[in-house]
Amino acid sequence: MKNKPQSACETCAHFNADGLKKLGVKTGDFDFVVALAGNPNTGKSTVFNALTGLRQHTGNWPGKTVTRAEGAFEYNNEKFKLVDLPGTYSLLSTSEDEEVARDFILFGKPTVTVIVVDASRLERNLNLVLQILEITNNAVLCLNLIDEAERNNIKIDTRILAKDLGIPVVPTSARFQRGIPELIQTISELANGKIKCKPRKIKNIPKNIESSIQKLSKTIEKEYPNISNSRWIAFRLLEGDAQIIEALKTGKIASNEY
Amino acid sequence: MNTKNIDDIIALSEELRWEIGDDFHDNLSESIYADASRIVEDAVTKDNKKSKFRLDARIDKIVTSRIWGFPIMLFILGAVLWLTIIGANYPSSMLASLLLDNIHPILKDFGTNLGFPWWLNGFLFDGVYLAVAWVIAVMLPPMAIFFPLFTLFEDFGYLPRVAFNMDNLFKRSGAHGKQALTMSMGFGCNAAGVVATRIIDSPRERLIAIITNNFSLCNGRWPTQILLATIFIGAVVPESYSSLASLSAVIGIAILGIFFMFFFSWALSKTVLKGEVSTFNLELPPYRPPVFWKTIYTSLIDRTLIVLWRAIVFAAPAGAVIWLISNVFIGDQSVASWLIDSFDDFGFLLGLNGVILLAYIVAIPANEIVIPTILMLTVMVTGISGGVGDGVMFELDSVTATADILRAGGWTLLTAINVMLFSLLHNPCSTTIYTIYKETNSLKWTVVATLLPVFAGFIITFLVAQLWRIFI
Repeated sequence: MKNKPQSACETCAHFNADGLKKLGVKTGDFDFVVALAGNPNTGKSTVFNALTGLRQHTGNWPGKTVTRAEGAFEYNNEKFKLVDLPGTYSLLSTSEDEEVARDFILFGKPTVTVIVVDASRLERNLNLVLQILEITNNAVLCLNLIDEAERNNIKIDTRILAKDLGIPVVPTSARFQRGIPELIQTISELANGKIKCKPRKIKNIPKNIESSIQKLSKTIEKEYPNISNSRWIAFRLLEGDAQIIEALKTGKIASNEY
Repeated sequence: MNTKNIDDIIALSEELRWEIGDDFHDNLSESIYADASRIVEDAVTKDNKKSKFRLDARIDKIVTSRIWGFPIMLFILGAVLWLTIIGANYPSSMLASLLLDNIHPILKDFGTNLGFPWWLNGFLFDGVYLAVAWVIAVMLPPMAIFFPLFTLFEDFGYLPRVAFNMDNLFKRSGAHGKQALTMSMGFGCNAAGVVATRIIDSPRERLIAIITNNFSLCNGRWPTQILLATIFIGAVVPESYSSLASLSAVIGIAILGIFFMFFFSWALSKTVLKGEVSTFNLELPPYRPPVFWKTIYTSLIDRTLIVLWRAIVFAAPAGAVIWLISNVFIGDQSVASWLIDSFDDFGFLLGLNGVILLAYIVAIPANEIVIPTILMLTVMVTGISGGVGDGVMFELDSVTATADILRAGGWTLLTAINVMLFSLLHNPCSTTIYTIYKETNSLKWTVVATLLPVFAGFIITFLVAQLWRIFI
């Protein structure tokens, strides 16, 4: 297997190919935690394999990843632990696989969340993207299966998309190692704070709901000043999510342990 | 942190929840979708005229159609099995002659030269080594063909279509449609199939999927089916039809397994695991041309070698046990022949014999070693020459030699059919049992999942044997 990615970017000054080491399952003492989230069947596991050099089994059917898979890579002397989460369509209901994904993004506090989407089905995938952006600030959109989108004559303006979402967007085709160097570079810059995200928050919410959310999130922030996703917690409290209420009571919601 | 403040927050949220009313969830979802569509409007342009989705839809129309869906599934299964049966023959016999005819004598000489006592030499090279070598020779070639082919179809995106085709049948049997996916995984390995049931949310339906996964003929049992079908079923028809007849027999057993899977899913959902069928969305993913060589490579490394390794790990101690029970004597009878004698009467009722039942007990760790164990024990009991010695699992260098040994052991067409049935309907291997325990965390359900297929096997083979003896 090829260890180094091949693309035009390899010679680009921004990507330091020599600084990349795929560490496989060696996830001990890492500097950053990176979560891989996304809809089912968008190729998360393929992206995971491309980043870690692992060969976790992939298959073209939804729901293939049932557990959290972990791997690692090293880039410019910094170690990144990568967690492949089960694919979900949403984080708003409470099925088991959604809980695994949601709990990790919420309580696992990954430094960077890579949101993998199917470029041909962007609109449907954005449902999850917008929800994740309510929970976490540091994210990158991995516009995967871009080769399929191109074959389907779908063109995506990544600059407009990145501006609208407020996070970096990297087109990839993980099966053919396309865009992986750019993705690694972006993850590294996000982790080191060289790129600052200003993620889009959900708009178009009816006025009475919006004002309730603001009222609630302000009181949450008063109690937990360091919390960044009070708005999302407010969503869940209004929905009466028992697990979030519990996490609020125990203080788990603000802790950094998982 | 102040508990009172937290309680205040929760109280406030409850108050607000009353104010905004029931539509909160729907309103929020609608806002998200509105946002998404606005973003897409700005960033995405589509040329709908030349969409590839149309081709996908056209393929789907055929492979999931009412008329063609099932025949195509059967055809693909048949083609994959056919290639496996035909293609595995040559490498199998080459490996057998290398590992068994050439390396085995060298190892024995090596042991003798080092001055090993006879029992250590026998234990190591006739017991452990031969068991391992046999498993490699018999298992590796079919797996190296079956798994990559299966993975190619999986990569292409065919599995969700299988699930789609069978969804209605699952619904009618009270099980979850996603069970079709876990069932398909079971055709490779039941332990993997049991783990895959995590995609099913409802605990009731997940239990049904776990308990019935064993009815998917796993990789360790395909070789048994193929061998017996070739020897006994292929022999009752004219020679030009024999491979077709054996292929049909193997497919027949696989389909019978699917039938039992539906039957027990239905029976469980009507009795101890009663409940509503939950609905789910199954996305039919786009077809993707598999990355051919990479798929071959990863399926060889990940599936084939891992399953092979497991078989070897279990074959070694089993080989040792076989050697021991054949060479340890109580009075003038070896432990093995004493056990066989005591199982014989019960075996006769089932159309089997004591050798077969003992072999199934020895082979609990790995289904792969059932046939070699049966052969070894048969040789020992009948005293015919053909084996290398007591307690030595030996090679199947030709199918006719195997047939001769089995016939000498009193096998008839009925025995072969019932062993094929019992191979389908008996307890899962120990790895699967352990996996079931880990997944369910319940001793009770593990016992149910283990014993249900054995009793089904007893009943079916008993009925077949009695009917056979009355009518034929």
